Amino acid sequence: MSRSTRDDVRAVRLESGIELQPVYGPEDVQASGGWEGIGRPGEFPFTRGIHPLMYRKRPFTMRQYSGFGTARETNERFKWLIANGQTGLNVAFDLPTQIGLDSDDPMAEAEVGRVGLVVDSLLDMEEAFEGIDLDDITVSLTVNGSAVVLMAMYFAVARRRGYDLSALRGTAQNDILKEYVGRGTWVFPVEPSVKLVGDTVEFCAKHLPKYSPVSVCGYHIRESGALPHEEMAYAVLIARAYVDHVLARGLEVDAFASRLSFNFDIYGGLLEQVAKFRAGRRLWARILKEDYGARDPRSMVLRMIAGGGGGGLTVEQPELNVVRAAYYALASALAGTQTMALCSFDEAYTIPTEPAARLSLRTMQILIEETGICDVVDPLGGSWAVETLTNQMEERIRAAMDEVAGWGGIVPAISEGRLQAHVSRRAYEREQALRSGRLRRVGLNCYRMEEDEPHVELHPYRPEEAERARRRLVRLREERSSSAVERALDGVRAAAGRGDNVMPAVLDAVGVYATVGETMAALKAELGTFREPVRF
Amino acid sequence: MTRRVLIGKLGLDGHDVGAKTVCRALMERGFEVVYTGLRRSPEEIAGAALQEDVHAIGVSILSGAHLPLLERLAGALRQAGLDDRLWLAGGVIPRADREAVRRLGFRGVFPAGASFDAIADFIREHTP
Repeated sequence: MSRSTRDDVRAVRLESGIELQPVYGPEDVQASGGWEGIGRPGEFPFTRGIHPLMYRKRPFTMRQYSGFGTARETNERFKWLIANGQTGLNVAFDLPTQIGLDSDDPMAEAEVGRVGLVVDSLLDMEEAFEGIDLDDITVSLTVNGSAVVLMAMYFAVARRRGYDLSALRGTAQNDILKEYVGRGTWVFPVEPSVKLVGDTVEFCAKHLPKYSPVSVCGYHIRESGALPHEEMAYAVLIARAYVDHVLARGLEVDAFASRLSFNFDIYGGLLEQVAKFRAGRRLWARILKEDYGARDPRSMVLRMIAGGGGGGLTVEQPELNVVRAAYYALASALAGTQTMALCSFDEAYTIPTEPAARLSLRTMQILIEETGICDVVDPLGGSWAVETLTNQMEERIRAAMDEVAGWGGIVPAISEGRLQAHVSRRAYEREQALRSGRLRRVGLNCYRMEEDEPHVELHPYRPEEAERARRRLVRLREERSSSAVERALDGVRAAAGRGDNVMPAVLDAVGVYATVGETMAALKAELGTFREPVRF
Repeated sequence: MTRRVLIGKLGLDGHDVGAKTVCRALMERGFEVVYTGLRRSPEEIAGAALQEDVHAIGVSILSGAHLPLLERLAGALRQAGLDDRLWLAGGVIPRADREAVRRLGFRGVFPAGASFDAIADFIREHTP
């Protein structure tokens, strides 16, 4: 009689380098670091989740990324999503808005309203949220390079509509450091950009204590090539850079840390992903408590949106992306996310069409309504495999953090292009693994169908809407008080030049209808612009 | 002779994973590669191509603005007297637009997922 042993099975190595066993037992948890770090949901170190009752109390927020064309079109899409049961909004801005160019800037030509909502002035922001209750639904602004201006506009809209800013909830992505690694909407050099993030954190700590001014993104770094443990490590290091900066301005850690949030990617091996999030939560809690001396448990929790998964999708057989998104959603829920957004199946081709966006929303609704996923908190907790992997993943994340320390720290590694070179090398390795079939992808390198490129309905781009935005901008420049605008922009330049918090001056400027481009130009005049290091 | 290739990011789109991956793949296949970095205007790309005296110019666009941007780039390249170089386009370029891109003068169109060897072979075949 023969008994199979571990030696008989093929070796499996996770993306993060962890060697996966075929079977786990309690001794593996013990050997990998023990049980002490598991705890209970809602309690330090929050491995099992940040709330004691998690989804039993309230399911994760569904927040599909959306926005295109003018404010009028985007407002319609928002209302349609809400009518379809979406519980949060996540605003996509067009590229000119994201890097601070007005619709009539020559560099903006052909890009106005294409991948998101065009915002030139407060008029657009007001129209985008018309008829939407900002208390009832939280809004996330996906903007980084021009975040100070767009956040100020959102606050101005809320204030004019009579909302109490001290109770206003919502999130801005506003994570500029990751923009230098992936996504690419940087504007200012690295140091002044970090200072601007600090301005928003400080301003919100004082005036909008319920608002989350930063959502630190591992997501785009992962999409740019980083491995799962690196994604978590770099996000934690970037978050630390912001925390260090704000502490240096004299704020107490408990005055702002609870308002930091995170944004992570979800594609990859299911157990590895779940372990990544559980380990990340524990690591963040320990860092805040042990390194920063936080006392408020709310400062220690890693709140996140976990979703997307664009890097896992294929152009081939795009309908398979529907299935992938459902698995990603499951992994995200099993990992205890607060908010979820899924890539739509057509995202390798286009920004989502209406039916594709609805399908993503319905995917999450099926998970909540039909699978019972919300009924038990952290159902994977206590699994020998998951707890062992969580322990091992925390170690891998710390090792990746140490590697960056060896490069001189996260901010220099980004300024010099070193982190970018590392991540882009990873992307190349991943591409080779996909092409060789070492990394499996159904429809791409296995179960491929030799067929004509599938027909995918593309989201239509309407140049007449871009023209409408430009006409509106021209009219605005004629109708507003140009002396008030000049004065306000002088104020922005002066605040930036003195190194003051720019938020009050930017709020004044957007309030008298200074445009995004004008306000950003005033800041650039003082802060300069980033020169991208090209390094392989 | 080593062939020189300029890879550029045209327009405002900040997604450069594909462009950088192609740079690396071409370097590994013996090409000399100049990468422009993000957010280059048509004139900047034409200027860099002229200065570096490259055999081929490849640009990557994922924002959907490829047709108007490539049209402007074609104008700038002609203006700079670079008609005799090989022009390539990559990124998210829907099938329906590929013929139009070729008609603008971009003889090689390599959308996301294209084989590195195919890109390298195409450049070798179409440059002196």
